[in-house]
Amino acid sequence: MSVANKVLTIGTAAIASGAIALSAAPAKAWEPSHPIEIIVPAGTGGGADQMARAVQGIITKHNLSKQSVVVINKSGGAGGEGFLDVKNSKGNDHKLIITLSNLFTTPMATGIPFNWKDLTPVAMMALDEFILWVNAGKPYKTAKDYVDDIKSKPDNTFKMGGTGSKQEDQIITVALEKATGKKMTYIPYKGGGAVAVQLVGNHIDSSVNNPIEAVAHWRAGKLRPLCVFDDKKLDYHDKIAGDLAWDSIPTCKSAGLNVEYLMLRGFFAPPGISNDAVAYYVDLMKKVRETPEWKKLMSDGAFNQSFMTGDEYVKWVAAAEKTHEELMRSAGFLAKTN
Amino acid sequence: MLEDIGNLFHGFAVVAQPYNLVLMVVGIVLGVIVGVLPGLGGANGIAILLPLTFSMSPTSAIIMLSCIYWGALFGGAITSILFNIPGEPWSVATTFDGYPMAQKGKAGEALTAAFTSSFVGALFAVIVITLVAPLVASFALEFGPPEIFSVYFLAFCSFVGLSKEPPFKTIASMMLGFGLGAVGLDQMTGQLRLTFGFESLLNGFDFLIAVIGLFGIGEILLTMEEGLSFRGKTAKLNMKVVLNTWAELPRYWMLSLRSCLIGCWMGISPAGATPASFMSYGIAKRISKRGRFFGTGEIEGVVAPETAAHAAGTSALLPMISLGVPGSPTAAVLLGGLLIWGLQPGPLLFTEQKDFVWGLIASMYMGNIVGLIIVLTCVPMFAAILRIPFSVIAPVILVFCAIGAYTVHNNTFDVVMMVVFGIAGYLMKKTNYPLAPMVLAIVLGDKAEESFRQSLLGSQGSFSVFWSTGLVSAIMTLGLIALFWPIIQNTWVKIFGSAGEPRPAE
Repeated sequence: MSVANKVLTIGTAAIASGAIALSAAPAKAWEPSHPIEIIVPAGTGGGADQMARAVQGIITKHNLSKQSVVVINKSGGAGGEGFLDVKNSKGNDHKLIITLSNLFTTPMATGIPFNWKDLTPVAMMALDEFILWVNAGKPYKTAKDYVDDIKSKPDNTFKMGGTGSKQEDQIITVALEKATGKKMTYIPYKGGGAVAVQLVGNHIDSSVNNPIEAVAHWRAGKLRPLCVFDDKKLDYHDKIAGDLAWDSIPTCKSAGLNVEYLMLRGFFAPPGISNDAVAYYVDLMKKVRETPEWKKLMSDGAFNQSFMTGDEYVKWVAAAEKTHEELMRSAGFLAKTN
Repeated sequence: MLEDIGNLFHGFAVVAQPYNLVLMVVGIVLGVIVGVLPGLGGANGIAILLPLTFSMSPTSAIIMLSCIYWGALFGGAITSILFNIPGEPWSVATTFDGYPMAQKGKAGEALTAAFTSSFVGALFAVIVITLVAPLVASFALEFGPPEIFSVYFLAFCSFVGLSKEPPFKTIASMMLGFGLGAVGLDQMTGQLRLTFGFESLLNGFDFLIAVIGLFGIGEILLTMEEGLSFRGKTAKLNMKVVLNTWAELPRYWMLSLRSCLIGCWMGISPAGATPASFMSYGIAKRISKRGRFFGTGEIEGVVAPETAAHAAGTSALLPMISLGVPGSPTAAVLLGGLLIWGLQPGPLLFTEQKDFVWGLIASMYMGNIVGLIIVLTCVPMFAAILRIPFSVIAPVILVFCAIGAYTVHNNTFDVVMMVVFGIAGYLMKKTNYPLAPMVLAIVLGDKAEESFRQSLLGSQGSFSVFWSTGLVSAIMTLGLIALFWPIIQNTWVKIFGSAGEPRPAE
């Protein structure tokens, strides 16, 4: 019956959390008094979900917290469900949410009443990179080859596959369209893994998959990375596919495609929680980052390992929101109610 | 090939270690419990237990987790048959004949048939995986949006017109299902649909909530009206039932084989176990000599969906291992586990992590055998549940339904929705609106819509995309044949006379 018990614990944890927040003893440093929930505003198996479950596993394995960690997916309305849940859990200091770009894009595209300022920023864990991929069977060896071909053909000849609609992948696609001056046909899929396989099966012409989503197919010689949407090359030197490593991939800028995009993987907490609680979580995440499992996850996924907290983090998020708003506005993705 | 067989035996050796065997039994038992509780499916069960496995070796961990999966596949059938409450989406089709069988006092037979068919389906799929894994992976790559849509189209077509109810009631029910399925975020445009500004509707209507309400709560309301007791108390409670049913099952080998093939195809494509079970049931009803008795407690109506669901559920693990694309939600959670254990799913996993892959495949064989033994020995015990007075068991079922509905999204609003669906299900049953088309539309409607619109996006709006390659044309044509089958059959009889039972070419 342990499964049923677990479920009940989750249920009661949600109900009791408000009460316990009030009774926390102020004398010594803040510590969680019951299980910590990590909300994932996306489905199971995606990048955010994987990271949340990795953090959960690391905390459990290394005993970093006296309390256990529970991961809960609330993916409804492109993650809106999860964000609203955390926004409405004011003062609940046993709840965290891991973000992806839908932190900005979901409220902008759907008009749901939510903004990141409704939450308490905790820490940036990493930034996720985006790479332009094509099928290895295609003749394009460089981003320039591909872009030249796009330019030489009529609009909508090329199909770009991506995750979701009016989210990061489509934003990058729109930016690419601007850079090439040609429209592409954007086809949304449910998850990044599916997009990579559609590319292997030649059902689409290119994708902007995160490294971890496509690396297996690259190593198997099915996909080819053309360029990375960052201002510098990836900082990982281990050989992955033949003689190539992540740092062999040129930046898109150097290939004449002036498009940059990085996705936030960070934690936020509900509004109105104490500074002591925030400090506890920042410290916890610092410990997580020190573990070998975390380092392996970072190098497997070729993440940009920026870590930020406090004001620095807030500034970064504010700037990122501005960038997203500009990108979304110019693409016509903003909800009419905004 | 020979090397693969060697690897497989090595895998058996790994699995047969006492520690792993214990994990296997624990996994199966947990899985059965998880499968029995409606809403708390294999995916949730694995997600909850995943953290426990981080300290194990990846091979031991996957053995335990995949056994939870097998257990959940077995367990889903139990509540479908006994209480008309599908514990898992793919068990819905099992209720159509399983529940009437239980009402007739043949719960033991129905359970035995369900478990045995599940085992046959899974075994067939594992053999397919062992023998032709690389080939199968490349087959999965053929499936772009038009192909996937054509598969859903075929699933709908082979199911339409099966109901005994008037066609207009069937269509009304199905359209209502499509409508409910459309609520929430539109994947294609990123816009919210039919939420009318209610935050609770952001998630749409989850299929599981609808099923728990329509079937589970609806059924309890009906039973209350009909005198507060279960029919089917007379079910025999000894192991003889198992043996007698086994003696009967080999007669349906053709049905099993066909269901296995449908299941493997659906699992690999990857459309999943739910369309597989519906499609297999629909086709069985058309082809079987006793087709017109389907829905009144035919054993074939249990064998077909269970075989296909298990074959699909098992073969769904193949695209996960070889391509990194999960064919089911449970496979998606397992995929997350692979990454955390430091394994990279993909084409190279077979060569780089032989221990792991062949350990997993061996655990599929062993896990299903162990699972079958465990659940079959419990058949009399499960059937005995029907002897507990209704006044005792009904509140327990209601509580489990509520927990299940809550667990789907950890949302109390869903529990309210479950009750609303329950009342709707009761009213629909009283007015003879069939529930199955609505359920089918909710579960497959949005996926079919998604692949339909992806296809049209890719083709710039041209419908010719659905006849653009041999594969997609063939599946679409099969779908049309299935849709117009009654007409084709009538014409055939008119032209050639009623030459016995006309049987379509497979």
